[in-house]
Order: sequence, then C-alpha cells, then structure tokens
Amino acid sequence: MTRYAAFLIRRLMQACIIVVGIVCVNFVVVHLAPGNLAEVMAGQGGGADAGYIAALKERFGLDQSLWVQFGRYVWNLLQFDLGYSFRESMPVSVLIADKLAATLILMVSSLAIAFMLGVSLGMLAAMRPNAISDVVISLLALIGYATPLFWLGLLLILLFTVKLGWLPSGGMRTIGVPSTGLAGILDIARHAILPVVTLTVFYMAVFIRLMRASVLNVASLDFVKTAYAKGMSFRQVYAHHVLGNALLPMVTMLGVNVGGILGGSVVVETVFGWPGLGRLTFDAIFSRDINLLLGILFFSSLLVVVTNLVTDLVSAWIDPRIEVSK
Amino acid sequence: MSARGMRGRTPWLRPSALTGALILLVVLIGAVVAPVLFPAGPWPAVGVPYTPPFGSLAQPFGTDTLGRDVAAGLFYGARVSLTIAIVATVAALSIGVLVGATAGYVPGWCDDVLMRVTEIFQTIPNFIFVIVLVVIFQPSIVAIISAIAIVSWPPIARLVRAEFMSLRNREFVLSCKLVGVPPLKIIFTEILPNCLSPVIVTSSIMVATAVLLEAGLSFLGLGDPNVISWGTMVAIGRPALRTAPYLSIFPGIAIFLTVVAINLVGEALNEALDPRRNRG
Repeated sequence: MTRYAAFLIRRLMQACIIVVGIVCVNFVVVHLAPGNLAEVMAGQGGGADAGYIAALKERFGLDQSLWVQFGRYVWNLLQFDLGYSFRESMPVSVLIADKLAATLILMVSSLAIAFMLGVSLGMLAAMRPNAISDVVISLLALIGYATPLFWLGLLLILLFTVKLGWLPSGGMRTIGVPSTGLAGILDIARHAILPVVTLTVFYMAVFIRLMRASVLNVASLDFVKTAYAKGMSFRQVYAHHVLGNALLPMVTMLGVNVGGILGGSVVVETVFGWPGLGRLTFDAIFSRDINLLLGILFFSSLLVVVTNLVTDLVSAWIDPRIEVSK
Repeated sequence: MSARGMRGRTPWLRPSALTGALILLVVLIGAVVAPVLFPAGPWPAVGVPYTPPFGSLAQPFGTDTLGRDVAAGLFYGARVSLTIAIVATVAALSIGVLVGATAGYVPGWCDDVLMRVTEIFQTIPNFIFVIVLVVIFQPSIVAIISAIAIVSWPPIARLVRAEFMSLRNREFVLSCKLVGVPPLKIIFTEILPNCLSPVIVTSSIMVATAVLLEAGLSFLGLGDPNVISWGTMVAIGRPALRTAPYLSIFPGIAIFLTVVAINLVGEALNEALDPRRNRG
C-alpha cells in the first residue's frame, strides 16, 4: 500500500468520526428542546394535525428508551432520511436537493472570485510590508470584514437597483425570459451579480488576511534567504519560492471557509430573495420548522466535512510532506 | 528614529489604534448613557413616522416606520450589541480555556477526545448552528449569548492547547512539579498567565465576530423581542428601503464602526503584546 493510500484511509476514518460526532450533537440539540419533542416541533410549525405528531413520535421513537431513540435517529440519517417538513409538505431531503443548485451557483462563484482576488491582493500587500500598497489593501480587508453582509446587500440594492436601475433587486430569473439556453443563463447571471458581490467582499477580506500572513511567514524562512544568497532577484524569489509555499495552506483555508459561506448565504439569499438553501433556512426560521432546520444543519455540516476532506487530499497530493506530518 | 524606538512605543499611539479606541469609547459611553438620555426607552412613538434625519434637534436621526426615535434605538442597540458580544466572548473564553488547558496539560486519550470534540464543533457551520440553537430555545438574550458562546470557543481551545503543550515541559513548570505543587495550581498560576497575550488578542477579535453574529441573527428576526438591536433596526427599515433608506443605513453604520473599532484595537493589542514582532 502506498503512503498516499494510507493517508487517504486515515483521513477518511477521521471524517467518519467527525460525522458521527455531528450526528451526536444534532441528537443532543433535538433533545435539549424544552417540552415534548414532537409537540414542540409540530406546535412551532403551527397547527399540525394529529397524524403528523404521530409520525414525528414514530420517527423519533419517543416512547422508547433514549438509546433506541438514538439508534433510530442514526439509522434514519444513514439512509439520508432527514424527516418530513410539515410546512412545505415535502420530505426535507427533497427540499434540500431542490435548492442546492441555486446555492452552489452563489457559493462556488463567490469562493472562486474571493480566493483569486484575496490571494493576489494578500501577496501584493505582503511583498512590501507597511508600504502604501500594504496599508491600502489591509484597510480594504478591514472594511470588507467589518461590513455586515445583509447591510452591504441592502446598500448594493439601494445603489444599483433603486438609484441606477441597472440590476434586478432580487430573485433568480425574470418572468417571461426563457429559462433555458443562453438567454436563460445570462438572465440568471444578471440576478446573481449582486448576491455574489456581497458574499465575495467578506471572503476576499478573509483570504487577503490569511494570504498576507502566509506570505510573510514563508518570506522569513531560511530557504528564501538562500535563494537571495545565490543571486535570485526579488521577483524570482517571490514567483518561484514564496508564492507556491504560501499558497499551500490557503488550499486548506478554502475548505475551512465553506461552512462560513453557507452561513453567509442565509442572510444574502434572504436579502436578495435568491431561491437557495439560505432562503429555505430563512423560511424555516420564519415558520419555526425545526425538522427542516435540523436537516439543513446536518446537510451543511456534511458538506463542510466533504470539502475539508477534498482540500486535505489535494494539499497532501501537492505536498507529500503533509502525509507524514499528520 | 531607531527601530526599537518605533516599535517600542507606537502601537497605542498610531492613528489607527487611537481612532479605534475613540470609536469604541463613544459606543461604550452611548451604551451607558442610553437610559439617561432616553428614559422612556426605544419603543414609544415620539413623532411623525418617517421624519427624515438631520431635520430637528429632537430627533436628529429621524423616526422609523412607527414614529419611534432612531437615535434612541441606536443608543439602546449599543447596549444590547456590546452586552451580548462581551458576555458571549467571556463564556466562550471560559469553555475554550478549560478544554484547551486540559487537552494541552494531559496528553494521551484525554487530549485526543477533547480535540475531536473541538474539531466537530469547528466543522458545523457556525451561523446555521447558532440559528438552530436560538430557534429551539426561543429567542432571548440568554439563548443568544449561549448559542454564540457554543460556536465560538474552538479557536481559543486550540490556541490554549498549543501554548500549554509548548510550556508544560519547560524548566519552570517541571521545577514546580518536582517540589509538589498541585496540577491545578500549576495550570492556573504558572502556565495560564504565560499564554495570556495571544488569548487576549484572539478574544478581542471574537468580540467583533460576536457583534456580527448577533446583528445577523436579529436581522433574520431572531433577536430578543424585548430589546432593540442594530440588526433588528435594519430589518425594520428594510421594507422602506426605497422611501427611507436612512432607517437601514444608520444602524448598519453603527455595526460597521463598532466592528472596525474592535479590530483596530485588537491589532494594536496584538502588536503590543506579541514579543515576536519586536524581533524584526
């Protein structure tokens, strides 16, 4: 067995432990809810019928011991059965699958843009620490970090929709525009601009800070001094030695921030009426649909586990030292 | 000027740090004097709805959709935001220090288990977890504080653990062990004080994150219904975005400035407390 395969298996095991842990946390959270679980869930959902309460009791095995309840809960989740949403009259897993694509459009494009901008600006800032370029870029990062996403979204609507009238204020499509083909894609892209910009600003700030610190760290290492000593120019050193080594931890950071972006999409999709997971979360909050909320929480945690796994495997593939050190 | 002179005294006197400290001071004073300036609280209607800002001395920031004073909301909002952020950070700090110190001081299975738990909490998306907790426990200040604390402690735990691991075999700790100082006393009087500065820096940034988390929660309608909060004010103003944008703009500026100020002060703290920076 190769070293990489061994690393892969060890990392998969770790991921499984995390998933089991997440299931436990979810189970504890459900049972911390004050009062009878089924009644709390149904009551907060508003006007549930007796059949739904019975279904909930059956699902969670409320008349059984806590261990049986836990076993049943795990068994349901293993089959990706996240329960039924009374408010939406649909299984939770179907609801999530329906909304996933819309959220992925926002998530992937803003992560990609934020990563590219953040890495280049962070590099630029760290190349001349305390110079005017560094001060300006760091200020930009501070502003991006401190602006609440929902507020930035409203400001953008105010400017680009209310004042200038250039872009739609919300939704994903224009009624009447064909939903397929080039026209459909362009229509979605036009609607996506403002929400993507909103999400990008915050994560660009995060990546600028991480990249700047990473470059500064690498630049202080001995092999960089060696590179200068053998006569390489400033440009060559940064292009050939610093950039690659500073980028490596950023790959891991890309995975770490997926969870944050999922959270951010809740407010952003709410502000822009974007029909994705975030908007679904807001609707679930509004109707106090706890079963749906728990499903979304579990699913998004799973998404984070998977992306962390992928980014770890990618960075171990790029840099074999990681296999050994972990 | 010598390098030592520049680094030795500047962190606190730099314009950015001073600006941050000044803004923070204003917000703090605003939070403290809110009941004195507005004894009736932020809820009663004091004027005609949608009075524009900067028009009169009585309502300098205008009135909202129901004629409530925006200025009163901003002052009381400062109280709520800061209270929630600071108490949640202190709570997260206690959990994080406890977990991190135990894991870092007791190697082996205890460390393994605690680090796995920390990893699990770090994996679950923070904001969605906070939302679920607040919905299940019903929105109240206590629920919001607890929820924010529950998602915020892992970075502190990791930090404290790393510091403890590097300190636990140093001579001054070993000599304490040798003469029979009990472990708890070693942890609290010997090791913990030595890793305080990175913990302080990290928790200052946590306060800023907590302000943003609380704002996001209350914008989504999950704030404590009995108190006004900046996020709630933005949510109240949102339907009137076209006609009265100032209703959304002012509270947003308050959140933004507070978070910027905490960050600037945190940066200055970082440079003042981090001895490694003085190297170069």
